[in-house]
Amino acid sequence: MKAESLMLLTMLLPLAGAMGIVITRRWPNVREAVTLITASTVAVLVVMIANRFVSGEVFSLLVAEPLPGIQIAFKIESLGMLFALVAGLLWIVTSIYSIGYMRGHNESNQTRFYASFAIAIACTLGLAFSDNLFTLFLFYELLTLSTYPLVTHAGNDDARRGGRTYLGILLGTSIGLFLLGILVTWIVAGTVTFTAGGVLKGKLDPAWAGLLYALFLFGIGKAALMPFHRWLPAAMVAPTPVSALLHAVAVVKAGVFTLLKVTTYIFGGEYILSNDVTGILVWVAAATILLASLVAMTKDNLKARLAYSTVSQLSYIALGAMLASKSALIGAAMHIVMHAFSKITLFFAAGAIYVAAHKKLVSELDGLGRAMPITFAAFLIGSVSIIGLPPFGGMWSKWYLGLGAAETGQLILLGTLMVSSLLNIAYLLPIPIRGFFSKPTSGKHYTEIKEAPKTILLAMTITSLACIVLFFYPDPFYQLAAKAAGGH
Amino acid sequence: MIVKHLSLLLVMLPLAAAPIVAVLPRGRLPWVVGLIVASSCAILASTQLSMVLQSGVISYELGGWAPPWGIEYRIDAVNAFFALLVSIIAAITLPYALLSVEKEIPEHQIPLFYSAFLLCFAGLLGITQTGDIFNVFVFLEISSLSSYALISLGKQRQALTSAYQYLIMGTIGATFYLIGVGLLYSQTGTLNMADMAALLPQVTELRTVHTGFAFILIGIALKLALFPLHLWLPNAYTYAPTVVTVFLAATATKVAVYVMLRILFTIFPDGFVASTPTGDLFILLGITGIIVASIYAIYQTDIKRLLAYSSVAQIGYMVLGIGFASATGLMASMIHLFNHALMKGALFMAVGAIIYRLGICRMDNIQGLGKQMPWTFAAITIAGLSLVGVPGTAGFISKWYLVSAALEQQAWVSVAAILIGSLLAVVYIGKIIESLYFKPVSETNTTVKEAPLFLLLPTWVLVVANIYFGLNTELTVGVAEHAAQVMGVVAK
Repeated sequence: MKAESLMLLTMLLPLAGAMGIVITRRWPNVREAVTLITASTVAVLVVMIANRFVSGEVFSLLVAEPLPGIQIAFKIESLGMLFALVAGLLWIVTSIYSIGYMRGHNESNQTRFYASFAIAIACTLGLAFSDNLFTLFLFYELLTLSTYPLVTHAGNDDARRGGRTYLGILLGTSIGLFLLGILVTWIVAGTVTFTAGGVLKGKLDPAWAGLLYALFLFGIGKAALMPFHRWLPAAMVAPTPVSALLHAVAVVKAGVFTLLKVTTYIFGGEYILSNDVTGILVWVAAATILLASLVAMTKDNLKARLAYSTVSQLSYIALGAMLASKSALIGAAMHIVMHAFSKITLFFAAGAIYVAAHKKLVSELDGLGRAMPITFAAFLIGSVSIIGLPPFGGMWSKWYLGLGAAETGQLILLGTLMVSSLLNIAYLLPIPIRGFFSKPTSGKHYTEIKEAPKTILLAMTITSLACIVLFFYPDPFYQLAAKAAGGH
Repeated sequence: MIVKHLSLLLVMLPLAAAPIVAVLPRGRLPWVVGLIVASSCAILASTQLSMVLQSGVISYELGGWAPPWGIEYRIDAVNAFFALLVSIIAAITLPYALLSVEKEIPEHQIPLFYSAFLLCFAGLLGITQTGDIFNVFVFLEISSLSSYALISLGKQRQALTSAYQYLIMGTIGATFYLIGVGLLYSQTGTLNMADMAALLPQVTELRTVHTGFAFILIGIALKLALFPLHLWLPNAYTYAPTVVTVFLAATATKVAVYVMLRILFTIFPDGFVASTPTGDLFILLGITGIIVASIYAIYQTDIKRLLAYSSVAQIGYMVLGIGFASATGLMASMIHLFNHALMKGALFMAVGAIIYRLGICRMDNIQGLGKQMPWTFAAITIAGLSLVGVPGTAGFISKWYLVSAALEQQAWVSVAAILIGSLLAVVYIGKIIESLYFKPVSETNTTVKEAPLFLLLPTWVLVVANIYFGLNTELTVGVAEHAAQVMGVVAK
């Protein structure tokens, strides 16, 4: 198939899937089959594209030009390829998981759920393949809107309140700051196309560059930098599969991905380094890393704790972007992948606990590990990977991030990363430890609680194994990350 | 023959049809005639626009009297654009009108309704076509008087008081305009716009001319509901029959903006407007209007009134664009007024569909209707997103140009106001959507069905247009660019 059609097909397929899901709404089994077939086809297509991309094929496509110079255009480069791979591969796993979760939990409005999910994936892929800031912004906003019905799935007052915060912060920052940043870029540089080495060099007085970067940094609310992180914990009212794929992978990674794109292809690593654009701003990321970890420690609600952990981990990527040295950018890009696989495992486990034992609080988990060994083992693997210990994938990204901090002489930041790893241990490890070693609060062992449905276990096993595989075999992702960081 | 008299025909057709419709028997015949007239006008207007874009200005001498003595219709890209906007909206509104009018207006008044509608339509077209500033006044009165009548046909009793309120305010506006025209005439001795534009530079020092300018400005500002002269608008839009609201919201204020553009950029010489504080005043009032009216919109419980306040805010954007007095600013205004006609038209039509089913459209009545009226709900959502300015919709194009125009002049306060206005729009549109989507349906509404196709189709034509003009801006941006050239605004 021609490169352009293959790329277009990959983006349109989830939309077609969404339509199929709506049409087959009366037959739940057929509907779920549609989801699974679409998701696996997308996964295959993404891998195919990746293979052909690595062998040097060019994927680019101009769809429309609404304004002179402002195009809706797609072009695959290594960073986008990496992100699309993560989203495409994890969608199928999450779909398998969702079926067990949604049925095990007797959720209502499942058709709307699966359809919105597919649309959100289409938006994510569109965002990953965008060739310019305008196209990216288009899909960025569509992603916010298409995930709104998912966040508010429960339809109760809590969900509505969460949905308000979600939309309010994400639309607010994107319209108020991000759009402004795009417009300023357009007026200053005369282009918003992602260009290797950046487009601002020689056109923007370095004195203003920091301000423009701040517009992007805070405007890309999906990256959840403090103080615009509140939407992420608020989004936890959604069903767990949504939290797992969208609020640990697709949506939040769309944020940091955008930030990385802006850093490498609008500003350019060199421009940032030589003009010290992000001098003060790195501290925002550093502060978010530590503060969010501290908040996570105080949260007893498991999903809330994971949400704050995500906020903290996202800032690793933002930090890597702002350090802008080669290793730091590699680390940031790798962390998109590694954190995705680890965090989705944690969310899967949290959802499994909720479905099987109806427990939401960390303090209720004592002794549950013996009743649900697979779930807690998966949680342990995910946690250790996030902490960044071998033999798990999470180690690589922390390694390169640390290297980046050391290279640029930012020893305090290096220290921040280390302290944060300790904090990760402090808020994540107690959970499996309680599960396996503490006695249940009632004093009796759980006998009536069993592991969650099989599809849930299957999905969880796949992602935890992936965490291990990625330690020994990070190469495909490393190649893409290195290519992006090199700028060529 | 038709081509030669096309510009006149465009006005004469609805004007002549109006009295005929009034005496037609009850039933659907008046509607049929109205629909035929409006569609023919839409075809004529698009022909006119393509002629102007190809071969330049059309000048038509009314009754064969040469200008500046006789009345001249002088059509350039700007007029042609507005005439097209007005007639297309009329042609889309009329199919919608059939059921909506039958529901909201007593049967014996229906022929009169369509008659008044056509008069109003003729008046608005007349304003856009004519090249004579006194003639503008005449058509302004034709359209205004008929719209007072149209508004007063609303079902609720408040329709009468709001029509009266509009009558008083509108008459003051028209009178101010007339006084201004009189003062200018006393100094230049001409009423022809082109002629006046040629003569005015010699007399710009005179205080009479300045006074005339001020009178005209205020008069038109009242007509276009520029904040804080907007007080008539929310009531008029709320209590008028739905069709009237749709039509007026999409056209009447836009035509007033057109007159404003003519006065500022065609008639008065370069430098004159800049020597007055008009630009700053417009920017100031535009910003205040955007913020204050948007905040008012948030607190409304009647959805028509909410959208009416939103209209006042949107007018703020248009005025802001004019205030920048740059090519980009002018383009932004022109583009926004076209796009706003699309989004407000769609929104009022969708709200009208709910009114068709419920007879009312308040926040607490529409709860949970999203499930029962999915197409109407989707229309409100998409048009609402366009109003917010989400990329991929027409509203985004408007915002893009507006913010660009503001950034060009480094007017940071305006930039902030535009963006804050968008955020406030998120809030008030969000309120409507939340109410439709989340809250449980009240018991009386459980049997409500989706609106009939006759209402949905025109609504969706506008909804699709909102997306189309967000992706393809050849018409809007192209014409706006052309218009900026015609108006002689220098690109900065």
